[in-house]
Amino acid sequence: MASYTITVNNKKHTVDVLPDTPLLWVLRDELNLVGTKYGCGIAQCGACTVLMNDNAIRACSYPVSAVGTNKITTIEGLSENGDHPVQKAWDEMDVPQCGYCQSGQVMAAVALLKRKPNPTDEDINAAMSNICRCGTYVRIRKAVHLASQSSKQGS
Amino acid sequence: MKQSTTNISRRNFLKITSLAGGGMLLGFELLANATAETMADSPLFAPNAYLSIDPKGIITLMAPNPEIGQGVKTALPMLLAEELDVDWNKVVINQADFDKEKYGNQSAGGSGAIRSRYEPIRKAGAVARHMLIAAAAATWNVPADECTTENGYVLHKGSGKKLSYGELAGKSATMPVPDNVKLKDPKDFKIIGKRIKNVDNKGILTGKPLFGIDTRREGMLYCMVSRPPAFGKKLKSYDDTETRKIPGVKNVVRTDHVVAVLATNTWAAKKGRDALKVEWEDTGKLESTTDHIAAFRNLIQQKSDKPDRNDGDAEKALMNAKKVIESIYEVPVLSHAPMEPINFFADVRDGKADLYGPTQVPGRAIADVAKALGIVEANVTLGLPRQGGGFGRKLRSDNAVEAALISSVARAPIQMLWTREDDMQGDFYRPNGMYRYRAAINNDNELDGWYLIAAALNAGRAAAADNFPAGAIANYRTDSQGLTSNIQTGPWRAPTHNAIAFAEQSFLDEIAHELKKDPVAFRLELLDKAKNNPVGKVNYNIDKFKSVIDLVAKMSNWGKNTPGRYKGFAAYYSFNTYVAEVAEISMQNGKPKVHKVYCAVNCGQVVNLSGAENQVQGAIVDGLGHAWFTEITFDKGAVQQKNFNTYKMMRMQDAPLDVEVQFVETNEAPTGLGEPALPPIAAVVCNAIFAATGKRIRKIPFGKA
Repeated sequence: MASYTITVNNKKHTVDVLPDTPLLWVLRDELNLVGTKYGCGIAQCGACTVLMNDNAIRACSYPVSAVGTNKITTIEGLSENGDHPVQKAWDEMDVPQCGYCQSGQVMAAVALLKRKPNPTDEDINAAMSNICRCGTYVRIRKAVHLASQSSKQGS
Repeated sequence: MKQSTTNISRRNFLKITSLAGGGMLLGFELLANATAETMADSPLFAPNAYLSIDPKGIITLMAPNPEIGQGVKTALPMLLAEELDVDWNKVVINQADFDKEKYGNQSAGGSGAIRSRYEPIRKAGAVARHMLIAAAAATWNVPADECTTENGYVLHKGSGKKLSYGELAGKSATMPVPDNVKLKDPKDFKIIGKRIKNVDNKGILTGKPLFGIDTRREGMLYCMVSRPPAFGKKLKSYDDTETRKIPGVKNVVRTDHVVAVLATNTWAAKKGRDALKVEWEDTGKLESTTDHIAAFRNLIQQKSDKPDRNDGDAEKALMNAKKVIESIYEVPVLSHAPMEPINFFADVRDGKADLYGPTQVPGRAIADVAKALGIVEANVTLGLPRQGGGFGRKLRSDNAVEAALISSVARAPIQMLWTREDDMQGDFYRPNGMYRYRAAINNDNELDGWYLIAAALNAGRAAAADNFPAGAIANYRTDSQGLTSNIQTGPWRAPTHNAIAFAEQSFLDEIAHELKKDPVAFRLELLDKAKNNPVGKVNYNIDKFKSVIDLVAKMSNWGKNTPGRYKGFAAYYSFNTYVAEVAEISMQNGKPKVHKVYCAVNCGQVVNLSGAENQVQGAIVDGLGHAWFTEITFDKGAVQQKNFNTYKMMRMQDAPLDVEVQFVETNEAPTGLGEPALPPIAAVVCNAIFAATGKRIRKIPFGKA
């Protein structure tokens, strides 16, 4: 076991875990931030997507020992009241079916829009590689475009 | 965004229900505003198990069926709200726990929830409205038929008097329950048929603990299990020396079939599980997919003694035909792979089992757990979380039983979680199958004979004998040949249909091209034949079938082609619902690019337009992805694809850019919707690929490298 202090949603947490523990299980089991989901454990599906600084990472394959002083943001820390433009766009387009993958989808979209505020369909294809087993891709695409537009209007 | 309850802890749950005097649940945020005292003194109007109204005007609607992503947690309460006549934005929605006495059949399967509950649930709302009106009429001393309702108020037009449902709650509870109530005329619907957002959007989009996997209880241990690596093997012995050295591992227990590692966190449980040294022994044949395929090839050449359907004489028609078209179609085994891997919480102590977890069949789960533990069903309680997909996987209660047995042996509350690899290797798979079609074209260039021999794994009636074009062909025969296997198979979204629709709708396209007929016109011509000159039983409604074909042809501008774009078509009937679909594709580097899918649906009255459209769009993406990329194969009983790196799922880059859905306008009672749009899409896209390339795809997945 080893002790790690990591910054999640602007708060410092110290956890005592096995050094190879993926960030995902630290978030879910130690910090009770269960909005980040387990889907595959091999960085394929993206259900565990969180932000490290401004980049999307797949927490299931990212050991806690490698986080260091980087800032982690999970779905719970994305906005105070669930009103981040991406969250609002997802609600407006009524994207979720089962909803299990959607926190990861939202985080992937947030990272994309930070890099590319006006993404093309091709940009969305390249950046949004998360699996949605319910097949909500048509609405996810529309929601990303909507969030892009509303972010511009808001700024 | 709308509020609904999240994962209420058992302790809070008990506190709330006992205070409220039975049957009442409140959402977290509303609960924060209501003190224990006010709730304890509240007379509550709860004329049935589906709704309650308290004096403060809090209207609570229960969602009785498991929510697996099909939208019933939103759609079923909409039915209540419509007849109760309340403002949708002011109601609280709660997921009901399992309670057979109160809620009857609480299952998610067969596209059945809305179909079976459309009238009963509306009646539950209408009864409450009737009693609220009676209470107001008594208060005002006016005849009840002079009173109306609007958005949670009873109004008396003559005097202009008005009382809220909350104000009437206490008195309404004393009114007699009517035997018969009149339901609304669909033309007066204010909620049914509208676009209503998923009631859990806010919880989903802010990461609230809605799902079974999010369960956290005091003293709970995380559990991972070692299961047989192949079908035909079982547990012999194990050595847990290395496992017990891992910090966090608390216990290792064995049930009949599995070894379970219990730990203080998931990672320790997984490392402990992986460190077990387990010996397995063979208990049966170790089967391979190649063996199954070889057996299918043989079976489809064999005539059955008992045809599933036999109109006229198909063999004779084939013998006398001017031309015989013969094609063999093949579909693979599929895994359900719901995004939320299999899990369950169980706390079994003192002869009682407290369960919480994902299941499509809570009633069966309780019965199976009671049987496995040797206790009575009354001693098993089950709460229903939101579920990260079902697709038929959770029609089996193996997860609940396994968790309960482990908890019972370990004498501890546990959350059992399967890894994705466990999930993909321990499924009840969509059976693979092979379909041999022969069509007879007579001297008048007409299709007058059809003979299908279908073979599928563990499947009794793989041929779907009464499917269209049965009824339209003078000589029509189908035989089903099953192949028994020890590989677990089971229902997968739109069972049987999900496989045969590809074969049948592709073969119809082949025949249309052979006859030089337009594929849409050819279907309509066959439907006319079934109408004017039916052969045997016609198991589908011809006018409804035509309604969707006509609509999709119009939506997609069928017959008009943009250069470089190609269209494919299919229509299908399942779960009492008719769908017709057109895909518009182009070929890019030998790969199809699906620009747009058009889908026309006749499913009776649409309840939630947004949810219904989402189901159809999702079913199309789901069906297309599984026709394009996914395949499970077995080698000596072992599954060869263990995770999403080899079991390739549809992703954004290959999904249709748009899926346009239109529903045929009708007020007939709703029919199924979670499944019907899935079966035809594989053929729709394969038919478009044929239009583009002249290459007929007879085996899926078609994108297999």
